Amino acid sequence: MLLAPALGVSALIFAIGVGGVLLRRNVIIIFMCVELMLNAVNLTFVALAQQLGPQGQVIVFFVMAVAAAEAAVGLAVILGVYRHQESVNLQDLNLLRG
Amino acid sequence: MIDLVWLAVLLPFLGFLANGWLAFRRPRATAAVSAVGVGVLVAAFVVALGVAFAYAGGHHVDPIIVPLWSWIPVGHLDVMLAFQVDALSIVMLLVVTGVGMLIHVFSVGYMGDDPGYARYFAYLNLFVFFMLVLVLGASFPVLFVGWEGVGLCSYLLIGFWYRDKANADAGKKAFLMNRIGDAGYLVAMFWIFWATGSLSFTDVFAAAPRVFVVGGTTITAITLLLFLACTGKSAQIPLYTWLPDAMAGPTPVSALIHAATMVTAGVYLVARTNILFAMAPVGSAVVAAVGALTALWAASIALKQWDIKKVLAYSTVSQLGYMFLGVGVGAISSGIFHLVTHAFFKGLLFLGSGSVIHALHHAYHHTHRDEDAQDMRNMGGLRRWMPWTAAVMWIATLAIAGFPGFSGFFSKDEVLALTFAKGHEHVLFYVLWAVGAVAALMTAFYMARMMLYTFHGPNRTGAAEQEHLHEVSWVMTGPLVALAALSLLGGVLNLPHVLPGAGWLQHWLEPVTAAGDFFKPELHLPASTEWLLLGLASVIAIAGLYAAKALLHPEALRPAAEAPPETGLAKVLLRKWYVDEIYDAVVVRPLLWLSEKVLWKGVDNGLIDGAGVNGPARVARGVGAVGSWMQTGQVGTYVFFFVVGVLLLLRAVTRV
Repeated sequence: MLLAPALGVSALIFAIGVGGVLLRRNVIIIFMCVELMLNAVNLTFVALAQQLGPQGQVIVFFVMAVAAAEAAVGLAVILGVYRHQESVNLQDLNLLRG
Repeated sequence: MIDLVWLAVLLPFLGFLANGWLAFRRPRATAAVSAVGVGVLVAAFVVALGVAFAYAGGHHVDPIIVPLWSWIPVGHLDVMLAFQVDALSIVMLLVVTGVGMLIHVFSVGYMGDDPGYARYFAYLNLFVFFMLVLVLGASFPVLFVGWEGVGLCSYLLIGFWYRDKANADAGKKAFLMNRIGDAGYLVAMFWIFWATGSLSFTDVFAAAPRVFVVGGTTITAITLLLFLACTGKSAQIPLYTWLPDAMAGPTPVSALIHAATMVTAGVYLVARTNILFAMAPVGSAVVAAVGALTALWAASIALKQWDIKKVLAYSTVSQLGYMFLGVGVGAISSGIFHLVTHAFFKGLLFLGSGSVIHALHHAYHHTHRDEDAQDMRNMGGLRRWMPWTAAVMWIATLAIAGFPGFSGFFSKDEVLALTFAKGHEHVLFYVLWAVGAVAALMTAFYMARMMLYTFHGPNRTGAAEQEHLHEVSWVMTGPLVALAALSLLGGVLNLPHVLPGAGWLQHWLEPVTAAGDFFKPELHLPASTEWLLLGLASVIAIAGLYAAKALLHPEALRPAAEAPPETGLAKVLLRKWYVDEIYDAVVVRPLLWLSEKVLWKGVDNGLIDGAGVNGPARVARGVGAVGSWMQTGQVGTYVFFFVVGVLLLLRAVTRV
């Protein structure tokens, strides 16, 4: 089967997600990068489910449900932050600086 | 009745509480203060008399313990708060309450105008309370409570006029020097407990012959430590210098605390623990030698003092030396006898000097002159204005000088005679006897000098002041007359063996001294020697008095302000052999230097503040700075650290 390429793609997507979170400044893009990482993990689960049985596919549904919830909450938070700060740029959100 | 002895202790304490309350709330209520202050003492004296008669009537031999409650129950140490009534404590009880009562009455007149009148009586009542705890306590710790308490009251009363820095300093000096002695008491107490397993007098004294070896190191060390405590409290060499400074307090305080009662606590302690001292011949010899030396040393200083109270203060130190000589040679009853007669005549002398100072102070107050009311050079011829004071002070002077028939004659002679008798055992005691005899000669001389300069010759107070000199009120002369009668007749308590009715006090104290007498040969003199010594004592006293009359010229004296400075030996004596200066150079200043340069600047500021306090603070601040530098507030940074952490964890988990 095409396990190795599938895992390679998922690793690539995950790395892109991490890089995006680390490097981008816009909160919405960072948020989308987080989604990217979640879906990379989903891909890994599905690929491995071919060999290890259907449990992995079940977990993928869980992840999707959680991701949907997270998207709802996350976007609401971002909206709130924007109303407050008039910005969604991470460099402006530094109230915790020591 | 004996069970009610606690009442005698409680009454002065209630007086203290009442007067203390009045001092804060109604400082002007002098009538109430006098009634309470004197009343509790009269009541305590009545209780003391009742206890004494009940005890004497019961023909008791063993001490009667009156327990109140268990004070320190720890392990197999159980210190009862208990009072011990026996022959010795009854003598002290009567002296403290009796003489104390007279001095309280005198204080009503002497301190009447003082704004701190209520505070004064509160302190005085508190002092009597602690002094009674001291003499009645049935164990070493209870005695120590009284011991420390009278020290506290002494401090408070020396510094009574605390707005004057010299007075406050004198109080501090007394307190600190006493503290040196108290350390000795504490160590001795621990040692006694370690050796005998108990702290109550009856148990310790019963166990002593079993536990200690006669003349052994332990018992010698214990007695020397106890005696160190006595040198502090009773102003003996080397810790005597606080007592003359203690004269900064009101004069009745000098009479009560620094002459009649508190300073004799050391003599009482030696008498109380006489069995321990009897088992330590070296310890006893040290007591006797220090006592004799102090008697001579202080008498020599008293020869040249101008301050009337300083003369009496050094005289007190000297007479305390006699008491220690007495108890040191093992003649406990002679030491206590001298303690009792001394309480009479020295109390009288101080009160008499108090009424002189009072009169002079008022005279100078009227004319607004700022002269020293205590300097004898400003007195002279006062007998014309103060006949009563002069008469009673002459009685006391004859008593302390040892004029035949007066109380001091018998008590001092007995101390010296028994020291002489002890000479059979060791030649040292002949030397001590000679030292005591020379000191007796000096005593007669300086007392006569004081009287001549104060009451005889021309008056040097000042022409304007003379109109305001007058005898003090009856409240003050009354106690003087009572004490004069006691000074005159006190000798009958313990007449010499060659006279009829002899040795009453000695016989009375036998239950207390018997255990100690077991360890030492009886001191006995042939009747001929005793007569000889009595005759010699008379000659010494009369010679000293006559020498003063012949050598001194009161009419040539100038008032203090115009007097030429002293020179030669007179200056050395006036400056008290420079002992204060020597102590200052040898002890005080090195200690201050050590405290400031080493302990304060070095250890405290350098080591403790540097390494102990500021060091950890600096470390914490450094760590905090690093931590705060990492908290950028940028989510990116946190995520970066997070990712690095996850990678490191993964590396650790997947390590094969």
